[in-house]
Amino acid sequence: MKVLVFVEQRGGKIKKASLEALSAGRQIADGTSGSLAAVLLGQGIGALALEPAKYGADTVYVGDDALFAAYSADAYGLAAGKAAQAFGADALLFAGTAMGKDLAPRVTARLGIGLLSDVTAFTLDGGVPVFTRPIYAGKAFATLTPKAGKPFGVTLRPNVFPVQEKAGAGQVVALDHGVTPGDVKAVVKEILTAEGGLLDVAEANIIVSGGRGMKGPENFKILEELAQALGGAVGASRAAVDSGWIDHSHQVGQTGKVVSPTLYIACGISGAIQHLAGMSSSKVIVAINKDPEAPIFKVASYGIVGDLFEVVPLLTQAVKELKAKG
Amino acid sequence: MNLLVLVKHVPDTETRVKVKPDGLGLDLADANWVMNPYDEFAVEEALQLKEKLGGEVTVVTVGGKESEKTLRTALAMGADKAVLCDDPAFEGGDAMTTARVLAAAARKVPFDLILAGKHGVGDDNQQVGSLVAELLGIPAVTVVTGLEVNGSDLTLKREIEGGTEVVAVKTPAVVTCQKGLNEPRYPSLKGIMAAKKKEVATWKAADLGLDPASVGAAGAAFELRKMELPPPRPAGKILAGELPDQVKELVKLLREEAKAI
Repeated sequence: MKVLVFVEQRGGKIKKASLEALSAGRQIADGTSGSLAAVLLGQGIGALALEPAKYGADTVYVGDDALFAAYSADAYGLAAGKAAQAFGADALLFAGTAMGKDLAPRVTARLGIGLLSDVTAFTLDGGVPVFTRPIYAGKAFATLTPKAGKPFGVTLRPNVFPVQEKAGAGQVVALDHGVTPGDVKAVVKEILTAEGGLLDVAEANIIVSGGRGMKGPENFKILEELAQALGGAVGASRAAVDSGWIDHSHQVGQTGKVVSPTLYIACGISGAIQHLAGMSSSKVIVAINKDPEAPIFKVASYGIVGDLFEVVPLLTQAVKELKAKG
Repeated sequence: MNLLVLVKHVPDTETRVKVKPDGLGLDLADANWVMNPYDEFAVEEALQLKEKLGGEVTVVTVGGKESEKTLRTALAMGADKAVLCDDPAFEGGDAMTTARVLAAAARKVPFDLILAGKHGVGDDNQQVGSLVAELLGIPAVTVVTGLEVNGSDLTLKREIEGGTEVVAVKTPAVVTCQKGLNEPRYPSLKGIMAAKKKEVATWKAADLGLDPASVGAAGAAFELRKMELPPPRPAGKILAGELPDQVKELVKLLREEAKAI
């Protein structure tokens, strides 16, 4: 199977989720006696061209052009489609980042092939890839296989698949992308960085989340301090977001972001089913809640029944001491 | 400005799902079905644009007769027209086959802008808006939290990791809506009464000029092998003792047992 991975870079840095996708792609290629290619788009990215080869790419299609300076679904979609055709890809892999989720359907629709979103596991069954993906934000899991002989696309959930270094042949090919300025219909004018440049919950390995028990917007400061000590991001339940205490971009759950971090610390979150759906695939869950009957304790690896306003600052202090010791 | 809104009838987010005995689908008989929460933002945005600029709001969905409930909700909020794309040939489809139906429907409705929810809760694909745009050959801007119109120029804000992209595009285009874009209205009693009198058109594959092999289960790209519930999480430890000791214990467990920090 010929597998093509779209490799995402922003500001000259390749996203970790794309390295995860390359590693997954290498496994699929190896298990099907195939090969792996990468497509990398941007401006002045020549120095990055060999990076995908460290993670298994045999061929790297590079589109280095002013038209790719900022992300555009129109330009990137056309170019990635061209790379898929040039390579004769049977499978297209995208990291399920904001860019990947926006781009993947544009490419697959252009190629007239199907797309499976948010895959969290795969196996190979006699040379046929079998994919598992959560539905209903993780309340159930569907396992699917592409119809015989049909090319397909998948997006892979970030933070799930391991990054594995494995040298590929790394032949760099300048992509004949054929994109013209007139193709770019939706133009990115500027990128506004979130306040404080905090890590996004979708990308974080550690998330400290607050719910109704936070009682007000001013109290999220103690979660930020804990998140900072841990090198993580601040999340929130729908109750906290709907109360206007924190921006929706922090919301975890079925109508927010579905996350799978290494560590999820739920503070003052009771554990409504729509919240649990969004975070219960986290590797380790800590629940801090005054109510011992709160459903969040049913999914918690470790629970502290107590007042979060006492527990969280103590925890921040203890983490700082631990980190200071190294 | 004529607006076309893509909506979906879905189980609400409080739904507890069950797997069917054959393991090849979900039993959602007990679910409460509603308009997809993100579609409420799309309908609201369309209504606000119509109120400002004039024009007509048409809502369209792909589904069975029961999906009419969601169309009626949109009509009660203030939409003018509704279309139900309902044909046995559409059953068992995926995002792409649904997009083929919606794109065919869009070709029969005059529109300047197509609005949709950023994703449909349940299937969680986050594909349909982008697929419809590509099939129609128009641009898409997804996960939008801000929209301004000036003639045929749109300025949009879309959510990305740790920030916001400001995007300029001209109509016709597809915009998918994220929470934060607006506050969806509740249908008024007057709106609900008026909605009862509005007609819901039903279009079949033949009305849309669609080849049945390209839609529904026949047109889907993947085959379902199994459906299952997530494995239960192993029982956790509830710590005991004085709070400062519990916190010390927790940090020790996270470092030594869970290796999470």
